[in-house]
Amino acid sequence: MKQNFGSFVKKESLHILRDKRTMLVVMLIPVVLMILFGFAISTEVNNVNVAVVAPERTDGVRDAVEKLSQNEYFTFKGYISSDEIDLNLRSGKVGVVVVFASDYDRRVAQVKDGISTKPVIQLVVDASNVNTAGSATAYLQGVLLGSASQQAMFETRMLFNPQMKSAYNFVPGIMGLIFILVCAMMTSVSIVREKEVGTMEVLLVSPVRPVKIIFAKMIPYFVISCIVLVIILLLARYLLGVPMSGGVSGIFSLSLLYLLLSLSLGLLVSTIASTQIAALLVSAMVMMMPILMLSGMLFPIENLPKFFQVVSNIIPARWYIDAVRKMMIQGLPLVAVWKNGVILLGMTVMILAVSLKKFNDKLE
Amino acid sequence: MSDIVISVRDLTKCFGNFTAVDRISFDVRKGEIFGFLGANGAGKTTAMRMLCGLSYPTSGSGSVAGFDVMREGELIKRHIGYMSQRFSLYNDLTVWENMRLFAGIYGLSAKQTEERATELLNRLNFSSERNTLVGSLPLGWKQKLSFVIATIHRPEVVFLDEPTGGVDPVTRRQFWEMIYEAAEGGTTIFVTTHYMDEAEYCTRVSIMVDGEVRALDTPFRLKQQFAAESMDEVFRVLARGAKRGG
Repeated sequence: MKQNFGSFVKKESLHILRDKRTMLVVMLIPVVLMILFGFAISTEVNNVNVAVVAPERTDGVRDAVEKLSQNEYFTFKGYISSDEIDLNLRSGKVGVVVVFASDYDRRVAQVKDGISTKPVIQLVVDASNVNTAGSATAYLQGVLLGSASQQAMFETRMLFNPQMKSAYNFVPGIMGLIFILVCAMMTSVSIVREKEVGTMEVLLVSPVRPVKIIFAKMIPYFVISCIVLVIILLLARYLLGVPMSGGVSGIFSLSLLYLLLSLSLGLLVSTIASTQIAALLVSAMVMMMPILMLSGMLFPIENLPKFFQVVSNIIPARWYIDAVRKMMIQGLPLVAVWKNGVILLGMTVMILAVSLKKFNDKLE
Repeated sequence: MSDIVISVRDLTKCFGNFTAVDRISFDVRKGEIFGFLGANGAGKTTAMRMLCGLSYPTSGSGSVAGFDVMREGELIKRHIGYMSQRFSLYNDLTVWENMRLFAGIYGLSAKQTEERATELLNRLNFSSERNTLVGSLPLGWKQKLSFVIATIHRPEVVFLDEPTGGVDPVTRRQFWEMIYEAAEGGTTIFVTTHYMDEAEYCTRVSIMVDGEVRALDTPFRLKQQFAAESMDEVFRVLARGAKRGG
């Protein structure tokens, strides 16, 4: 009965191709998200205006200012007096004010001779946006310390993503989200639609094994997801310049596993939901929200409250995003993230088993 | 094998303590139009599901198209056609694509499918609509199409579950002409309906009440037996005694 499987796959593909609007949305969403997160929304330090307060423009100060203005992420807005700090920050003219003490140079020299303690540079930061403030401060410290004193108090090096480009970070997150959207949501809705419309009944009376109906449904969505995967990888590489030094094949293989997992999730949802709306809601609330909030896509898992850190362990996207990040940005090979792979595989097998069982139980 | 296509003896289905179908027995002959009547909740659907190989009987025995309902559900499925009360073709596929899908499901080859589809479309005077999306057809046409698609693989028995619900009288009339035509061609028709005038068209009628078959005969003799003017009256007399709500 090979023939009937073929006719099913053909039928499912036709359903998808006929529904041009959905098709368009599926293909466009990843592109829009990539561009949105890649360019428009960014938490990276960019164009931070910096003013400097320095009672005496000594060599040390001038040296630091030069380093600042050369840096493409900071714009040097000039020297101001200490009374103007508040006004400048409040009006939003500058984001950070760097304050040097009048004895800065002397102290630097004394440190070298071992007479004095290290000089202190004060940073006054507009922290109304905590993210920007945090990364600006960290990066500015790096710039200033690197330039000003040979007696560095600490040394920070931003590895892998030295400019802290947020696009790098978002690409794996988008991938984690988009495949759930395409695979899980769309398959579940399409299975439930057949139940709702009544065509499932006729299929069940036919000699086709129910499992075949389900797998035939998954195939076209799997193909679409693969196309989306290629689009995302191409955009990431050539539009956003994500290095992917670990090799694309590893990312690809892990993504295929994640696609299977998402498809199984879709099947699971379809066994729970009895209407298309319910399937949509379950997919959106139960799957999308945790991915956005708890997978490390938007917020680092380490920053979550302890309870949610534990919860995040059961979210497949967390393991996927983590692994893709490592492969894409750190350039690790697939073997290095074997643990994530095993966890994802385990989850896939479990979800698939549960949903197939539930699916068969429902039929009786 | 004789010309008995469906044979059922003491077929019973229980869900927990509830006996949905209670020891029903009957035979359906080849080419018969067998009306399967009963109020809602009388157990019609459950009985039909067992005959279609969708659920296993709790006890009793039965065979459909020569296959055992207990053990050969999958084989039964290949030899029957089924049309549900809800319209169940794909609206976003064309007439031809729907035919091809179901022909493929029942294992027809590409050549057989083409021949059979052309034949059926001609018979329906539908050839011009071959590439029309089913969703844009009027309901009556859709129902007729559902019926021919249910018989695309020339099944021995066709199960029709309230096939004419929501269809206008003229189309219903045409629909029944199609049923007659199929029955004359040797296909056995097993049909449930709520329309008592349709019951009059059947060769024989069984009426289920509370999970049991309370009456089974030709419409003519049933009317005699219950001294009734119409099948409607026969049904009312029987259904009055029902304990289960409908």
